[in-house]
Amino acid sequence: MDIFLQLLVSGVATGGVYALIALGFVLIYKATHIINFATGEFMMIGAYLCYTFLALSGIPIIPTFILVMLCAAVLGFLVERTILRHMLGQPVISIIMVTIGLSSILVGLTEIIWSSQFESFPPLFPRAPLDLGFVLVRSTLAYGFAISMAAVAVFALIFKYAKAGVAMRATAGDQMAAFSMGINVKTMFTFAWALGAIAAALGGVIVGNIGGISPVLGAVGLKIFPVVILGGLDSIGGAVVGGFIIGVLENLAGGYLDPHFGGGVKEVAPFVIMVLILLVKPHGLFGKEDIERL
Amino acid sequence: MRIGDFKETYAADEAVFRTGTVRLWLGLLGLALAVFPFVAGEYLIYMANITGVAVVGAVGLNVLTGFTGQISLGHAAFMGVGAYTSAILTTRLGLPFLLTLPLSGVVAALCGLIVGAPSMRMKGLYLCIATLAAQVILDFTFVHWESMTHGIRGINLPPPSIFGLSLAGGQAFYFVIVTLAALAVTACRNIFRTRVGRAFIAIRDRDISAELMGINLFRYKLYAFGVSSFLAGMAGCLLANLLKVVTPEHFPLQLSIQYLAMIIVGGLGSILGSIFGAIFMTVVPEILRSSLGLLQGLDPQIMRYLFPLQTVIFGLLIVVFLVFEPHGLAEMWRRLKAYFRLWPFEY
Repeated sequence: MDIFLQLLVSGVATGGVYALIALGFVLIYKATHIINFATGEFMMIGAYLCYTFLALSGIPIIPTFILVMLCAAVLGFLVERTILRHMLGQPVISIIMVTIGLSSILVGLTEIIWSSQFESFPPLFPRAPLDLGFVLVRSTLAYGFAISMAAVAVFALIFKYAKAGVAMRATAGDQMAAFSMGINVKTMFTFAWALGAIAAALGGVIVGNIGGISPVLGAVGLKIFPVVILGGLDSIGGAVVGGFIIGVLENLAGGYLDPHFGGGVKEVAPFVIMVLILLVKPHGLFGKEDIERL
Repeated sequence: MRIGDFKETYAADEAVFRTGTVRLWLGLLGLALAVFPFVAGEYLIYMANITGVAVVGAVGLNVLTGFTGQISLGHAAFMGVGAYTSAILTTRLGLPFLLTLPLSGVVAALCGLIVGAPSMRMKGLYLCIATLAAQVILDFTFVHWESMTHGIRGINLPPPSIFGLSLAGGQAFYFVIVTLAALAVTACRNIFRTRVGRAFIAIRDRDISAELMGINLFRYKLYAFGVSSFLAGMAGCLLANLLKVVTPEHFPLQLSIQYLAMIIVGGLGSILGSIFGAIFMTVVPEILRSSLGLLQGLDPQIMRYLFPLQTVIFGLLIVVFLVFEPHGLAEMWRRLKAYFRLWPFEY
């Protein structure tokens, strides 16, 4: 029972981090209908930037976070303006492949700039594990979870109440109608990319802080697909719920099945869960079902 | 449009190679391919073999993605299934190469049908991610089904032979690969002259319209998955017998992406494009490697940048082609031909 609780709690904490990264993904998808395969690489760049500012330049922690978010926003802006803007109206496969190509470019550049060595993060938070009374949680995971949840809440509030957020939702709902109401749809695309990149970069900082950084950190980004597909590609609430489900289930599966398979279950379990759910609900749990007309 | 391009019989209209010139060039190409291994060195033959395998794989992926419009991120996994099938059949049952080759295609095709089955309910992005799941799950299987696949240690294969004729050297195996690549290309070219192939194209262009025209979407999508993974399985079998070893590391997600890149750079929905793309994506990294090698005299550290640079250029190729030449090398080739045909006029 102890092991179960331990796995459950750390699963919830991991799920919170997934939720944040998935949110970045969903923001971009919802506004622009682009599947961003470079989410993992945005995370990686966020982590490396944070590492550079903190460990190499000695900037204190709060300004570092602000700087990382600014840089991520600029990155998202540049990517949208220079590459994705040209892909408007192209077939799905082209758009997917462009983001895959982009992720390849980002990985290569990261290796050139920072070398491909594994680096461990300077400690951001107090070391002592958090004692919840019945279980202990690693401090990096606990604080990571807290930051993720705060960020998710902020993003959700922006999306719900801020003028830009409302405009983004309008764009997601119906581009033509949004245009005719005087919303600058293209600006909204850029805005969505900037927000998405910020969310991914924050997630990357947290993941890097938990497990250290290397150019393969982006591989965590792959796990975001089960999360967002499970929740439904265009649902923010779905991203959060999906994050928790995948986080908890992968931890439980990893904890109980790893001895039988010789490790690695954690990596594959999310995908198995995703396929099973997709077979029952092809649009995810909260995804909007497309009604197609000729 | 050629001037005076008219047909007097149905046979002429349906011919695969329509003019004498085309036949002449194809004959020359065949001759060149046949002579190549006798004049080229070991390294060039090895490169040609790798390219040949890539051609089979890329043509297979193009059937599914380029012609039927179903994006697959699991192509490398199907190649892996083929490679492992051939390795296991060869080492456990001692089956001859000529038997393992089609069998590995068949097993991979069965896997493809299973992965394609969700296409009954899912499409587009959701299906794409489902194939990603297939890649991850099959990868896991390769590593962890120790009793069958020997895990990360992989399986070593004996050199293949056909009717007692050993194919140990690259030169001998070259002919197998080229023959199979030619067969695969011809077969796929012909698929799209039949009802099934036309159905594939109709599904890609607009699936609802295709369904209204009486095309059973599910069945034809499954066909596409089957054909595609059959070819992938054969390519995997060739690769296994070429490298004489199969490990899970040979079939990562990265390889699936590389195959997608091949058909995009070459040209989606073009058989010729798959060939161009396969050659291009195999040769460019080599050119990069050797040109960096030349620069090594200036800075001995430069080889450290080889892999990152390869990654960057790989990504750049995909992005640049998609932004500036979405129809790929095949379209550039068509324009080039048109230029010479019309010269000195522009139209």
